[in-house]
Amino acid sequence: MSARLRGYALFAGVAALFLVVAPLALPAFRLDELAKYLCFAIAALGIGLAWGQGGMLTLGQGVFFGLGGYAMGMYLKLHDAGGDLPDFMVWSGVDKLPALWKPFGNPVFALAAVVVVPVVIATLLGVLVFRQRVRGAYFAILTQALAAAFVILLVGQQGLTGGTNGLTNFYDFFGQDPEADSTQRTTYFVTAIVLGVLYLLARQLVKSRFGRLLVAVRDGEDRVRFLGYNPATVKTITFAISAGMAGIAGALFVPVVGIISPSLLDVVPSLELVVAVAIGGRYTLAGAVLGAVAMNYAKTSFSEQWADGWLYLEGALFIGVMTLAPRGAVGVYEQVRDAIARRRKPVPAPPTASEVPA
Amino acid sequence: MSALLEIRGLEVVFDGFRALGGVDLTVEQGELRFLIGPNGAGKTTLIDVVTGLTRPASGTVRFAGTELGGLREHKIVRLGIGRTFQTSVVFEELTVVENLDLAAGFRRPLPTLLRQRRGVSDTVAAALDTIGLGDLADRPAGVLSHGQRQWLEIGMLIAQKPRLLLLDEPVAGMSRDERDRTGELLTEIARDHTVVVVEHDMEFLRRYASQVTVLHEGKVLVEGDVATVQADPRVQEVYLGRTKKEAA
Repeated sequence: MSARLRGYALFAGVAALFLVVAPLALPAFRLDELAKYLCFAIAALGIGLAWGQGGMLTLGQGVFFGLGGYAMGMYLKLHDAGGDLPDFMVWSGVDKLPALWKPFGNPVFALAAVVVVPVVIATLLGVLVFRQRVRGAYFAILTQALAAAFVILLVGQQGLTGGTNGLTNFYDFFGQDPEADSTQRTTYFVTAIVLGVLYLLARQLVKSRFGRLLVAVRDGEDRVRFLGYNPATVKTITFAISAGMAGIAGALFVPVVGIISPSLLDVVPSLELVVAVAIGGRYTLAGAVLGAVAMNYAKTSFSEQWADGWLYLEGALFIGVMTLAPRGAVGVYEQVRDAIARRRKPVPAPPTASEVPA
Repeated sequence: MSALLEIRGLEVVFDGFRALGGVDLTVEQGELRFLIGPNGAGKTTLIDVVTGLTRPASGTVRFAGTELGGLREHKIVRLGIGRTFQTSVVFEELTVVENLDLAAGFRRPLPTLLRQRRGVSDTVAAALDTIGLGDLADRPAGVLSHGQRQWLEIGMLIAQKPRLLLLDEPVAGMSRDERDRTGELLTEIARDHTVVVVEHDMEFLRRYASQVTVLHEGKVLVEGDVATVQADPRVQEVYLGRTKKEAA
C-alpha cells in the first residue's frame, strides 16, 4: 500500500472510530466530554499550523477561542431573551441593549462573526507585528500578554460581557434543548465532522506550495526574503487561519459545555493547548489533534481522582517531552516505526555526500 | 551594452566605522565581474547594500534604471537581483526539488500557491540539470554536503531567473574538485547572465575571472582585467603581494 493510500485508510479508520464506534459505545455524558476534547483539538489544529509548520509560538489562542465563543454565546443569549435584555444585563443594571450586541441577534451574523472577527484581529496583529519582524520569544510573549489583557477586559465589562461568570444558562440552541441527550449527540457529530473537514483542509494547505513556503519561513525567514517572498504575508495568512480555527472551536464549545467565560480563555488554558500540541507532536497536524484529545482526556480522568495533581503531571510531561522527545508522541512513534522497518528489511543507507557523483 | 548596475558614491557606516567610503561601480549587461579585496575591504557589505540588507549612509544604487534605495529585500529580488550567502542556507526539511521549486515560484500569484506541486517544472528541471544534483532530487536538502549545498543555492538562484546574480564567496570551504566544478558552473551561468562574484580564492580568480574590481578599506582601488590588476603595484602591496608571500 502506498503511503498516500495508507494515510487515507488511517483517516477513514479514525473517522469511523469517532463517528460510529464512540457514539455507540459511550454514554451521553462521556460523549459530551469527548465533544469538548474535539473542540480543543480544533484549536490545537490551528496551533499545529501556526507553531508546528510556521514556527509562530502563539500563547494566546484563548483570545480567538474566546471571540468565537462569545459571538456564539451572545447570539444564544439574545435568542433566549426574546427581545428583552439578557438576564445578566438586568442583574448588572444595564437598561438598554449595548450597540455592540445588536447585530448578534442575527444568527447568520453571529455565525459569520465566529470566524471573521478572529481572522480580522489576527490579520491586523500579524500585519503590525510580522512586518516589524517581531518573532520568536517576543511574539510568544506578545500573544500571551494579549490573552491576559483580553481577560481583564472581559472581567471589567460586567454589563457587556457577563464579567467573571461569562455567558451561560442557555435554554434554546437553534430550536433544541441544549441539555437534551439528542442535542448533545448532534453537537458531538457537528464538532467531529468540523474537526475532520478542517483537518483535511489544513493537511491540503501543508502539502501545497504554500505549505512548503511556510516551512521555509519557519526554518529560514531571512533566506525566504531573498527568494522574492515576503515572509510577513505568509505568516499573517497562517496566523489568521489558526485564529479562525480557534474561533470555530470556541463557538462549538458553547453548546457542548454550555458556558463561555474568561477563565476558559485565560493564559493558563492557552498554554495548556500549546503543551498538548507539543506532547502530541507539533510537526504533524495529527500530532496536534492527538495531543489535544489525549491530554484533555487525561486531565479529566486524572482530575476525577486527584484534582491538584494534574498540573504537576502536565508540567512534568511537558518538560520530559521537550528535553527527551522534542517531536512529541508522533515523533517517538515514527522513530520506533523506522527502527522496526530497518530491522525487518535492512535498506541500504542513504548515500552519503562523498559517494554521490557530483 | 548598457549599465545594468550603477553604484555612485556609496557610503556605509557601522557605529562610526566606515565600511564603505564612497564606492563607484558600474556593471554592464552580460558581464562576469569579480570583486576582490582583503578581509574587511567591504565586498560583502557592498552586496548587502545592493540587496537591501544594509542601508547606506549616502550614495545611490540604480538597477536597470530603478533606484533601489529604501526598497525591502523581497522587492529587490522581484526586480531581478538574486544572491547567495557565504554560509549557504538551504531549507533542510525540504527536498532538493522543493527548494528549487520555491525559488522558481515567487512570480506565481498567491492563490496558485495553494495547489500542490505536481511534477517538476521546466525551470526547475533545467536548474537541476545545470547543477548536476538530479540523483538527489527527492532527498531532503539536509543530507547534502557543503559543496552540494552551494550548488543547490546557485541552482535556486538560476531558478529565480534573475537579471543580475551576486555570488558571495561561492568556493569558500570547498575541496579542489568542488572548486573546479563550481568554476565550470560559473562559466556556464555567465554565458547568459550578468554575474558579480565576491571571491577570496586567488587561484580561482586567475582561472575564471575576466573583469576584476579590487576593494580596499571601503574604496575601489583598481579596476580592470586580471592581468592589469595583478600587475598593479598597489594591488600587490595590499593584497596579491601578501598572498604571494604567504604562498611562497
